Amino acid sequence: MSGPYRLDGGALDRSRRLAFRFDGRRLTGHSGDTLASALLANGIRLVGRSFKYHRPRGIFTAGSEEPSALVELRSGAYREPNTRATVAELFDGLEAASQNHLGSLRHDLLAVNDLLAPFLSAGFYYKTFMWPKSFWERVYEPAIRASAGLGRLSGEPDPDRYDKGFLHCDLLIIGAGPAGLAAALAAGRSGARTILADEDFVMGGRLNAETHEVDGGCGTTWAADAVRELASMEKVRLMPRTTVIGAFDHGIFGALERCTDHLAAAAGKPRQILWRVYTKRAILCAGATERPIAFGGNDRPGVMLAGAVRTYATRFAVGAGQRVGLFTNNDDGWRTAVDLAAKGVRVAAVIDVRDRAPVAAVPDARVRMNSQVTATRGRHGLNGIVLATGERIALDCLAVSGGWNPNVHLTCHQGGRPVWREAIAAFVPGGRLPGGMAVAGAAAGAFTTAAALAGGHRAAIAALGEFGRPPAGGDPPVASDEASDVTAFWHVRDSRGRAWLDLQNDVTVKDVAQSHREGFRSVELLKRYTTLGMATDQGKTANVLALAIVAGQSGRTIAETGTTVFRPPYTPVPIAALAGRARGRDFRPIRLTPSHHWAERQGAVFVEAGMWLRAQWFPRPGESHWRQSVDREVLQTRGSVGICDVTTLGKIDIQGRDAAEFLNRIYANGFARLAVGKVRYGLMLREDGIAYDDGTTARLGDHHFVMTTTTANAVLVFRNMEFARQCLWPGLDVHLISVTEQWAQYAVAGPNSRRLLEKLVDPEYDISNAAFPFMACGEIRVCGGTPARLFRISFSGELAYEIAVAARYGEALMEALMAVGEEFDAVAYGTEALGVMRIEKGHAAGNELNGQTTARMLGMQRMVSKKKDCIGNILSERPAMNREDGLELMGFTPLDRTEELTAGAHLLAPGASAETANDEGWITSVAYSPALGSSVGLGFIKDGHARVGETVRAWDALQGKDVPVEIVSPHFYDPDGERLRV
Amino acid sequence: MIIDHPLLGPRDAAEFVYLGDARLIDRPDWQGENAARLFHDYLHVRDNPAGEHRELWFHEHGDRSWLVVTRNTLTHEIIRVELARDVALSLGRGR
Repeated sequence: MSGPYRLDGGALDRSRRLAFRFDGRRLTGHSGDTLASALLANGIRLVGRSFKYHRPRGIFTAGSEEPSALVELRSGAYREPNTRATVAELFDGLEAASQNHLGSLRHDLLAVNDLLAPFLSAGFYYKTFMWPKSFWERVYEPAIRASAGLGRLSGEPDPDRYDKGFLHCDLLIIGAGPAGLAAALAAGRSGARTILADEDFVMGGRLNAETHEVDGGCGTTWAADAVRELASMEKVRLMPRTTVIGAFDHGIFGALERCTDHLAAAAGKPRQILWRVYTKRAILCAGATERPIAFGGNDRPGVMLAGAVRTYATRFAVGAGQRVGLFTNNDDGWRTAVDLAAKGVRVAAVIDVRDRAPVAAVPDARVRMNSQVTATRGRHGLNGIVLATGERIALDCLAVSGGWNPNVHLTCHQGGRPVWREAIAAFVPGGRLPGGMAVAGAAAGAFTTAAALAGGHRAAIAALGEFGRPPAGGDPPVASDEASDVTAFWHVRDSRGRAWLDLQNDVTVKDVAQSHREGFRSVELLKRYTTLGMATDQGKTANVLALAIVAGQSGRTIAETGTTVFRPPYTPVPIAALAGRARGRDFRPIRLTPSHHWAERQGAVFVEAGMWLRAQWFPRPGESHWRQSVDREVLQTRGSVGICDVTTLGKIDIQGRDAAEFLNRIYANGFARLAVGKVRYGLMLREDGIAYDDGTTARLGDHHFVMTTTTANAVLVFRNMEFARQCLWPGLDVHLISVTEQWAQYAVAGPNSRRLLEKLVDPEYDISNAAFPFMACGEIRVCGGTPARLFRISFSGELAYEIAVAARYGEALMEALMAVGEEFDAVAYGTEALGVMRIEKGHAAGNELNGQTTARMLGMQRMVSKKKDCIGNILSERPAMNREDGLELMGFTPLDRTEELTAGAHLLAPGASAETANDEGWITSVAYSPALGSSVGLGFIKDGHARVGETVRAWDALQGKDVPVEIVSPHFYDPDGERLRV
Repeated sequence: MIIDHPLLGPRDAAEFVYLGDARLIDRPDWQGENAARLFHDYLHVRDNPAGEHRELWFHEHGDRSWLVVTRNTLTHEIIRVELARDVALSLGRGR
C-alpha cells in the first residue's frame, strides 16, 4: 500500500498485502508490519483510552515497553485483551479493537473522569471510599469493579494449546541486537551449544531501526548475514519471538516463545511455549529503552519516543506524522530528525534543552537550542506545541528523547541492585548478578554500536574461556561510535497542563509530588501509593523519570534515592502459558488401579482419592439415589460377601536383618515380637506425639515385612521411613521400597468370604479358621499357580481377607472373584460402603486423624509403648495430651432415629448457648447405618467414655441443625468382634 | 535451583522435597535425662541464619537419598551437598 504516511524502503514485503480490521474498519498493511506500524501507516493515531482518566492515547513506542497502545486481538473465545499493538505482528485477517471506553473510542463517555481529575489524584481511593463504612460492599466496590481493568476477557475457555519445554545450553544470549549477534557469532564459531533468544520476530535489534554501518556496510544487512550464518550452525538455536522472562537460581532462565501468535490460526501447534532453559553461562544483551521527558500534555496521541519514530521510518517505512518535531536532551535524539529528513519526512522543529550548538543540520527545521516544550495542543491527537518562549509550532508528531535506560531487569531477578551512572544519566547493572550472567552492549550502558559489538564479542569469549572452550573465528565486527552525549533533564518546570509520567496508569508529576508531600517518600511506597509502574508495562518508560522527580523533591541525588528493582516476568505471560497442558483432566496425573476398567464396565461412580480414582459405589438399574446403592452394598457384604478394590493403600516392602527392630521404632506399638505369618495393626506418631497414620504390617519372613499405609499418606510415610533409616539409624540393616503399584489388592469381606476364596485358592493351601486364623498372613497361589499374598484382616468388621496379586493380574483376579462369587450373591462395593462399615465399627480414618489427634483420643494410649524408642513416644507423654478429661473418640446416635447427623457439628450440653466456651467436641464422620437403621456418627467429646448414655446436642450452624444425640460406644456393630474370628 | 547430588550429579530442585534444618538428624536419646525438653528443642527450636544453612532435602523423584545441602539463604548458592546417611554416621549415629 502507499499513502501519505507510507515511505519508501523498510523491511517490508510489499508483494504481500495484508487485510486487517481495527474497530471494524477495513485496513491494509504489509508482511513485516506490526499492528502499530500498520495503524500509523493508515494515519490512525488514536488507538485507546487510558486506565483512569480515559484520556485519548496513541502509539508511544515501537516495542514491548509500550504503555499506551493496548488493544484486544481476535474475537470470540480467541479474544485476547491488553495486547501491545507495537509487538503484535500483522497477519491477514487480524481483527483488533480498541479498549477501555464506554461508547466509541472517539467519544468515550467515561472521559468525564478526566474532568474529575482534581478529585482523583494519588491515593484518592484510600481517602474517598472510607466512609460510610457500609457503602464499601454495596456501592463502592461494585462501582470500582465495573470501571476497573482495561480490556475484556472472552469469558470462555481458552481454545488454544500451550506447552512447556526444557532446553540446555552452554551459553544463552538474551537479545539479538549488535551485542547479542556479536556474542552469538563468537560462541557459535567456537562450537559451543548456544541459544540466541529475542522477543522480536526479526533479529538485529536497533540495527534494523538505525542507519548505522557495521564492517563498512549497512548494519541491517550485517545483522541479516549474521543471523543467516548462525542459522547454519548445528549447535546454535535461534529463538525469535521468544522473551526471556526471568533469571532464576543456578543459571536457569524462563522464556516464553510465541509460536503461532503471528498466524491467523494455530493449526494444531501450541500457541506459546514456556521454556525452562538450563545454562552454564548467560549474556544479557537486552539493549536499552528510551525514556520520555515530562511536560504539559505529553500524553497526546502523536507524542512518541524519538527512537520509535525512527524505527517506524527506517524499519517499517512509516512516517509517524507529516510535520514532525523533536524534543531532546541528547545527541541520539537528533538522529530521528536527520533520518526522517533523509527519508523525506518534513521535520518542522528541533527543540533541545541543552545550551550548545546544534548537533546536526536539519534542513527547513526551526532549531531551538536551550529551549523547552511547555504544552501541546490537539483533542484526539497532537496538532501543535508551545515553547517556553511562547512560540507555537504546528506539528502532528513530536518525537521525544530523554535519554536511554539500560534494560537491567533480568540483572535484578536474583537480588542485584542497579547503580546510577552519571555519565549516561542512567541506571546500569549493579550488585550481585544472577549466577553465570554477564551483561554486554546497551544493557550494560555501552550505548554505541561499536561498543555493543565489541562488548558482546568480549563477553562471549570470556564466558567460553570459563568453561574451557578456546575462541575461534577471528575478530569482532567493527563500527564507529555515534555521538550519544546526554544532559540529564526530566521535567519541564514551566509546563502548562498535566505532565505525565506513567501513561498507562495515568500518574503525573503532580501525583508524585503530592505523594512526597503526604509522606510516601521511599520509592517503594511512592510506587504503591500512586500506582506508578504497576501497570502491564511495569513502568518501563516511566520509572526512572519518576525517580528523578522524587529525587528533585527531596533534594537528594538519584543515586541516593535509589531505584525499585524488577521481578519476573519481564513482560506479561499469559496464565495459559504457565498452565501449559495442565488443564482440566490433565491438571495433574490420574492414577488408575489395575481393575479400574472392570469397575468402569460395571458403571461405577468414581471419586478422587489423592491422584487415584476409586470406585465410590456401583449403581444398579432402578437405583436413583446413591444411598440405595451404598445400603445395598453394605447389606449384601454383611449378609454374604462383598469385594472392594483396596489397591490404592500404600504398600511398603521392608527387608533386612533389622527390619523388625526398625518397625518397632516407626510404629508406636511393638512389632519386634510379631510372629512370621501374622499381621498386626500399627499406629504411627509424628515426633510431636500426634497420631498421623495407621495400617497393618504383615511379617512374611524373619527379615521380610510388608506394610500398608492409608491411601492419602502413602508418600509421606515412605519419606519419613527413609528419613529414619538414613538419618536417624543409619546402622540398622534395613531396606525399603514402595510396592503400591506392584500389587493389586482386594478386600473380600463377609460371612461367605472364606467359602468364596476357597474356590480360588489352590488346594494345597489350607485357609480354614484353624489353619489361617484372624490376623494370619501368607504367601499362597491362586487360580492354578498364580502367586498371591493373603492377609486375614478386616476393616468392615466381618470375617474378611485381603488378597494381593501382581498388578498385571489385578483385573483378572477381580473378574475371577466376582465369577466364583456369583453363587454367594457377591457384591462389588465402593469407598462409600467401605466408609459406612468402618464407621459402624468405630475405626478411625482421615476424618479422625486431623493433625490434632493423640493416641489417647483414639483410645489407643496403652498401645504406645513406654519400653522402647519410637518416633513420637517422648512428646506423646506431654501432660496436656493425656488429660483425663480430654477428648475421646465416641459414637453418637440421634434420639430421633429419623434425624440425620452432619460431620463438623459441634457438641454442646443441652441448654448451653453456642459459643466457644461451651464447646465440648465435634462430630468427625457420619453415615447412615443399614445395620442400626439410623444415622450414626463418630466424634470427639470431652471425657466421653465416662458419659455413655448422656444426651448432648450436635449443633451445626452451617446446616442449620441442632440435633439431640446420645453418647454411645464408637463400636456400633459387633462390639466384641465375634464376627471377625469365625 | 539445581542440587549437585553426590551420586547422581546435578539435578533440578523440582525432583526434591524440602524438609528443613539438618539438625533433625541429631535426634536426642529417648532415655536421656531431660528427654522431653531435649525433644522439644530438637523439634521446635531453629536458627534462622541469613547466610549458610545446612538443610535436609529428599530426592523423592529420584534415588530417595536424603541429602544435607549447605545453602546460602541470601544468595541461594549451594556450597556443599552430602549424603545425609554419611553425615549421620559421622555424627556417631548408628543403630
